[in-house]
Amino acid sequence: MAAPVLCQMRRRCPVVAYLSVVRREYASSPPSPPSLFSRFLFQLNQHFHDVEHLINWSSWLRNRVVRRKNVFYGYTQKRFGVNVAAAYYILGLGGGFRFAGHSDWFRPDSRGKFSYDFLNTPNSTIEEIDLSRTLINHAGLENIVSQNELRSLSLQGCPEVDDWFLARLHVFGESLQWLDLSHCPHITVGGLAALQHLRKLRRLDVSSLPRLQNPGLVRILLEEMLPHCEVIGADYEQGLILTDNVEEAEPVRHK
Amino acid sequence: CPFEELNLGLLNQFKAFREKAAAAMPGSDWSPIQVTKGLPPERADIVIVGGGVMGWSVAYWLKKKEKVRDGVRVLVVEKDPTYSQASSVLSCGGIRQQFSLKENILLSLASADFLKNINDHLGVVNEDPVDLQFNHSGYLFLASPDVAPIMEENYTIQRDLGAKVILLSPTQLKDRFPWINTDGIALASYGLENEGWFDPWTLLNAFRCKAMSMGVYQCFGEVTGFRCSSQKAETTDGDFVNIKRIKYVDVRMPNSLEYQPVECAVVVNAAGASSGKIADMLGIGHGPKQTMAGIPLPVEPRKRFVYVVHCPDGPGLECPFLIDYSGFYLRREGLGGNYITGMSPEETEEPDVSNLDVDHDFFHDKVWPLLCHRLPPFECLKVSGAWAGYYDYNTFDQNAIVGTHPLVNNMFFVTGFSGHGLQQSPAVGRAVVELILDGGFQTIDLSAFDFKRILYHEPILERNIV
Repeated sequence: MAAPVLCQMRRRCPVVAYLSVVRREYASSPPSPPSLFSRFLFQLNQHFHDVEHLINWSSWLRNRVVRRKNVFYGYTQKRFGVNVAAAYYILGLGGGFRFAGHSDWFRPDSRGKFSYDFLNTPNSTIEEIDLSRTLINHAGLENIVSQNELRSLSLQGCPEVDDWFLARLHVFGESLQWLDLSHCPHITVGGLAALQHLRKLRRLDVSSLPRLQNPGLVRILLEEMLPHCEVIGADYEQGLILTDNVEEAEPVRHK
Repeated sequence: CPFEELNLGLLNQFKAFREKAAAAMPGSDWSPIQVTKGLPPERADIVIVGGGVMGWSVAYWLKKKEKVRDGVRVLVVEKDPTYSQASSVLSCGGIRQQFSLKENILLSLASADFLKNINDHLGVVNEDPVDLQFNHSGYLFLASPDVAPIMEENYTIQRDLGAKVILLSPTQLKDRFPWINTDGIALASYGLENEGWFDPWTLLNAFRCKAMSMGVYQCFGEVTGFRCSSQKAETTDGDFVNIKRIKYVDVRMPNSLEYQPVECAVVVNAAGASSGKIADMLGIGHGPKQTMAGIPLPVEPRKRFVYVVHCPDGPGLECPFLIDYSGFYLRREGLGGNYITGMSPEETEEPDVSNLDVDHDFFHDKVWPLLCHRLPPFECLKVSGAWAGYYDYNTFDQNAIVGTHPLVNNMFFVTGFSGHGLQQSPAVGRAVVELILDGGFQTIDLSAFDFKRILYHEPILERNIV
């Protein structure tokens, strides 16, 4: 392969598959054909370094939001203690929590504002956390691992929760009883295998995990792995290939 | 036939014209007339011999750490485009931090960090995100009473360096994994995080695609020789040694006699099981015994078998990568009750390495009895398949050899991993590139893996069993 020398800005065209410009999330359906603008941008990307750098910057900026949300709250931990830091982190992400021994939940309002009353109880640990639809990822979990009396964790619809996050959940092995993982797009069986450390788990919600090919089989395996746990969200028939004479019948719902 | 002679003469004329033009026009090696497709460029800064996961990791990090765009021209030479005998893709794909050497543990931890954020590192714009299919099931090592003290010491070292490992007594082991027969087990060590297995082909392809998108040249061909210049130097004892410097690497095209000498500044030997052959071509090992020149690179291919078995009563999702002190290993494969198992044979019973044929008697005679004893559910199983792959086995101390040879100025060894190359590849690639571009290790200090230890006869042995 010879190297082009004429124009500094031009570059070789590597053999790259032709897809849309925006980084594609996992989806079970095939991708839609890229728009004219995307195709134009891709051609420019192949020919000019400027455009290539701009596109790399845009994906870096997109990641920057997630990284900033999940930064380690080291100063808060040192100054106010681990419980306050965890509480502050959860409220900053937009989630809610409940202290052990209290019955009221701390949540930010629709504009993201929250009260700082949690500063008054620096010694109470958190018992239930609701992080649905927040941007938590495995790096942000560092802020919460100190809460060793955590009983319930809801991660419904979190786009950044992946298998590495689940692997880190072993720190709650002695206390976690409820775990909700529904609608998380990045979780696969490999991560669910890491849940074996949660010996006290009583309820696990695995509905609508798009990357599970055999939800029914995974449910059976999870029930075998965690015998005292109730796994909800997957029917035993899901993922089975139905033969012709069963297709007309109504699917029987198992408990 | 006169037309053939005319054609031949014409081709020779073109070649002569090209050479004259290249001599007359400085710098560029662009040529309008390409005689053969697939030839490597005539000049490259760094030639990496071997296109496995280690070679492509080095290529990626070279492009990542170059200070100027297109600052180094990197060429990766791989002899087999189908990767049919490459150790990288035939590997079981496990990654663990349970080693006894500090360097091995740090390399594994850094590689796990790399894999955690693999899309930040190896994501290519407009491509699918990289999906390693990582199973986070951890490694479980079982120890008999004699090796239990060693396991405890290793555990302390591992915890100090940040690996998340716990020790289990036989009762705790039985409680967690009731399908293990804890007869004869004194202690078990279980990795909680950053351990498991993944798809090696995906990692190799991810490195390759990213490196090629950053401008690394790939050539399918076999390295058949080197052209070096040598200089005499005097050692402190008064002996004279020949110090070589590689000037050209001869790359021969597949199924052809045609070769291209590639002029280069640095050569990286990442050839895996064939690294010994590459070192041999340079004359490393051809000299009087007891001198520096007489010690060859102690890396040779060793064949290892992997058997796929189906066991209907076997453990489910909780099955870790189990390694017993008797030497066999087992891990789950998929969700259908299939498992992968194997064992390292004794030193005296090493199988023949000329081909990758599988010896099924080895499973029946050696592996299955141990499997049945330790894991009773596996008494009824069916072998559904098997394959064999090569370890780039370091016969000296079974640990990596990273660094230069004192008698060859510009060849860097990245070989001898003896079965744990895949799990250390991202971190070792970065370390080698620091050595090449920065002159010394910056993040993880691998000076313990230098070639010097072979010359001084000081093996660094890994005390953990596999």
